[in-house]
Order: sequence, then C-alpha cells, then structure tokens
Amino acid sequence: MNNHYLRIAKDGLWDNNIVFAQALALCPLLAVTGTASNGLGMGLASTLVLMLSGGLISLSRTLISPQVRIPIFVLIIAVLVSLVDMFINAWLHDLHKVLGLFIPLIVTNCAILGRAEAFASRNPVLPALFDGLMIGLGFTLALVVLGAAREVLGSGTLFANAALLLGSWATLLEVTLVSDYAGFLLIVLPPGGFLVLGFLLAGKRVLDKRINQFQQRRQVIVTAEEATS
Amino acid sequence: MIAAPYLHENASISRTMGLVMLALFPATVLGLYQFGWPAILLFTTTVLAAIVAEYFCLKVAGKIAKPFLLDGSAILTGWLLAMTLPPWAPWWIGILGAFLAIVVGKHVFGGLGQNLFNPAMVARVALLISFPFEMTLFTQPNPFFSVYNLSFNDSLDIFLGYPIPDAFTSATVLDFYKAELSQGISALQIKTDSLTQLLWGNTSGSLGETSALLIVLGGLFLIYKRVITWHIPVAMLGTLTLLASVLFWFDPNSYMSPVTHLLSGAVLLGAFFIATDLVTSPVSTRGQLIFGAGCGLLVLVIRTFGNYPEGVAFAVLLMNGFTPLIDHYFKPRIYGRDRKGQPLSNEP
Repeated sequence: MNNHYLRIAKDGLWDNNIVFAQALALCPLLAVTGTASNGLGMGLASTLVLMLSGGLISLSRTLISPQVRIPIFVLIIAVLVSLVDMFINAWLHDLHKVLGLFIPLIVTNCAILGRAEAFASRNPVLPALFDGLMIGLGFTLALVVLGAAREVLGSGTLFANAALLLGSWATLLEVTLVSDYAGFLLIVLPPGGFLVLGFLLAGKRVLDKRINQFQQRRQVIVTAEEATS
Repeated sequence: MIAAPYLHENASISRTMGLVMLALFPATVLGLYQFGWPAILLFTTTVLAAIVAEYFCLKVAGKIAKPFLLDGSAILTGWLLAMTLPPWAPWWIGILGAFLAIVVGKHVFGGLGQNLFNPAMVARVALLISFPFEMTLFTQPNPFFSVYNLSFNDSLDIFLGYPIPDAFTSATVLDFYKAELSQGISALQIKTDSLTQLLWGNTSGSLGETSALLIVLGGLFLIYKRVITWHIPVAMLGTLTLLASVLFWFDPNSYMSPVTHLLSGAVLLGAFFIATDLVTSPVSTRGQLIFGAGCGLLVLVIRTFGNYPEGVAFAVLLMNGFTPLIDHYFKPRIYGRDRKGQPLSNEP
C-alpha cells in the first residue's frame, strides 16, 4: 500500500509530471509565469482545486454514468473554482488582489479534467486526494522553475513581490540579481515562455537519461559483485 | 533522359557559402571602413560567437564537429547577422544575437538545412524586440582617415557599452522619413541624404546595408555564379517598386518615392542575400516568384503603415512561415510528367 502512494508521488512530481512529461496545462503555465511569485500563487491555487476535485469525483464515481461523465466533471470543477475564488476573496482578500486574475483561469486548466478522467474516476478517495496533491505540487514545481528562469533572464530579479503572496516575511526571498539590468523583453513576452519551456523540457530529458545510465551502471556493478561472491 | 557522360558541377555546401561570402565582401569592407573600429570589433565578435555556438550545439547533439564547422554555414550566419546590426552596438548584442541565431534559429530545428526560419533574421528580430534602444541607435559614417574617426581606445569603450555621444548618432533615412511624415510634413519637402550617398553607402544604417551599389554587385555575382536565381530578388524588388510607385503617384506628399524605398534600408541586402537563403525559400520558380512578391508587399506595408521604420526582417520571417505552404501547392514539374504528376502522353 505504501508502495502505491510512493508511486503516485513519484509520478506526480517527476516521472509523469503534468508539464514536463505530459505537456498538459500549458495555457495557464505560459500565461502566468512571468515571475516566480505568480507561478507559485497559481500553482498553490491549482493544487487546492486538483485535490478537492479529485476527492469529490472519486466519491461520486459510482453515481456518475460514463455517458455523461465529462459534463458532470466540468460542472464539479467549475463549482469548485468558483468556491475557491469566493473563499480566497472573503478570507484572504490581500492574496485575492494578487491572484484574482489567475483563479478563474484554473477552470481552463486541462490537467484538472485530465486527472479526473484518468485517475479520480477510477480510484478510491484517499489515493485520489493524494494524487491531486502530488500532481498539483508537480505543477507548482514546473510553474516556479519556469517563472524563476523567465524572471531571472527577463528582468534580473527573483521572487519579486513574493511578500504580497506569502506575507511580509517573504521580503527575504526577493532578490535583485542584477541591479541595472536593462531587461530581456523577449523572455517576458509569450514567445519567451515557449522558448524557456522548450529548453526546460530538453533539460529534463537529459537529466532522465543521465539517471537511467547511472542506475544501469549500478545494476551492472551489483550483478558483477553477486557473480564474484 | 540525357545520356552519359555527365559533367560534375563541383557544388558543395562550403563552395556555396564561400561564394556568398565573396559576394558580401565588398559591402562588408565598405561598412567596416566607414564605421571604424567599433564596427570591426562587433563584426569579429559576432562571427566568432557564431562559430563557438555552432561548436557547442554540435557537441551537445553528438555530431562530428569538424566537417560542419568547416562548411562555413555558421560563419555566414554570423556574418549576415553582423551586417544587419547597428555598427556601434555593444559586444553583448553581437554575442547574444549569434547565440540566438545558431541555437534558437538553427540547431533547435535540427541543424543545417532543417530550419524553418532564416537564423540571422530570427536573431535580429529577437534583438530588436528585446532591446529597442540599442538596436535602433545608428551612427553617421565616420570613416578611417577622416577627422570623425574614433581612436582604437575610444572605440573599445563604445564596444564595451559606453554610451555613444550624441554628436555621433544619426537617424537612418527611413527613420527620418517616418518621423517627419508622422508630423505631417510633406514627403516632397523632406531633405535627407542624397541619392548618390545612398548609392555609394555614405549614409547611416546597419553595418552592411548602406551601399546599394556594392550589394547589387554582389547579388549579380551570385546570380552569375548560379548560387541564387533571379526570381526572388526580381519579384521582391519589382513588387516593392510597383506598389510604392502607385502610392507615390496617388499622393506624393504622404508616401516615400519608390527610389528611396529601393535604395535605403535593408531591402537590397534582403532581396539578394537574405530572402534567397536556399533553406528557407520555396523550391519551384513559381513558388519563388510568389515568395519574393510577398516579401516586397510586406516590406512596403510595414514601412508605410507599421510602427517600425524598416520591415525587411519581419517580411522575410513571415514569408519563411509561408514557404511550406507555397511548396505544397507549387511543386516543380517532375521530368517526363505533367504538372499533375501524370505521365506525358506520346500522342500529338
């Protein structure tokens, strides 16, 4: 059982990462990753919706007939996004001022419908909740990495305005890397999002290849040792 | 079918690239001569950076570096990019541009022969959008042996990013027209560089685009050597001249004359050296005529109605995007078959 959860976590965060492996959810990804802070906010809000929708759909999976499942999933996701929007607006109003633009965007995120279809509608509640969390964190990771890369290259800062999102302690995070940076506008514009994402995808593949080679070499050493002993 | 023996044409990538460089040589030497040491430093840096970027990409892709490095394509890309940069741009413009051209414009697509867009123009447009200040700061000619020429030390300062003194900067002819026309001044009353200046290249502009005469000479040499055919340059320049003449005839007060259109800016360099890139232009002659006409039309539209004073790079990139479509609909006729691919009948 524990192994099962480990698998879900590994899939969501890395092996089957919603952005880096499945190349889904690119619309919100490219739209908000001008800075790392925006990416983080969008990622956390999406994670919340992913978890709630996973849990709810898993709970009602025996009630929904397969013929009408897509409209019902969409309905559930839309209700949840509206609820999260109103919730943040009511109790975390300052956060809503920063994130307000992105929250309705979550509904366009095909990753949520994708997970509902591929995982939540076929699994019990706890794994579905956990899968939502892990996919969400993997998505957040992708958003923060892409946002950070574009922010550093495009405007020479890192985690600018993080205090608006996380509270005043986060001013510690805000770094200006190059003080008189003129700005590389192309990277901040949408084409830059595609360019940087492309290089990140290539980077992940190189990393996976290296890990694979390393594991194979270790395997060879282990079998050789077994053979000699 | 033609019977044997065949003549060997001795064509290779390095020979083609070498001929293009030979054709670019006069215009380049003039550019380097009249913009002085900063231009020489920028040119050298850009070409060297292109070679380094090419080597790096070949290593990453696991290809053998030597034959690809020696074929001259990276040098030519860097060279063409340097020709279209403001001559006194700082060093990082050249290095970043060469990197964008080789990595993003060429090797991301799979290397030589695979790229959809002209690499040098990809880099130029990316730089223009990202660094509008540096990329539109042109200088008046200050040739060697003249009183305006900068010493090597001062040139090094400019190259390292020291701001250019206002006394040296000067708008290009196209910039000047754009600014004056937008203020409602009649095009007939705008006084700018004379036609002889534009012909010889004694005017401000990008490093290698100033001399109309030398560029046309290089282009004719390429056509004579059969590296390029006449279709793209003639279609592009013809369309531009025709449409500009119609506008000029319609209202000479608010539109530039066709002669100014032809002789200023990068249109000649673009028509002979950039739009004719063998990789990114259509294969068939009819396709090339359409491609060239599209480039000419877009140059006119961007110059006349757009925000930028010059539009050759944008026009060529847009038409590069159309190249696969043009190639799909205008295929060369297969030998022994008609245009639809059916065998030719023997009946009269």
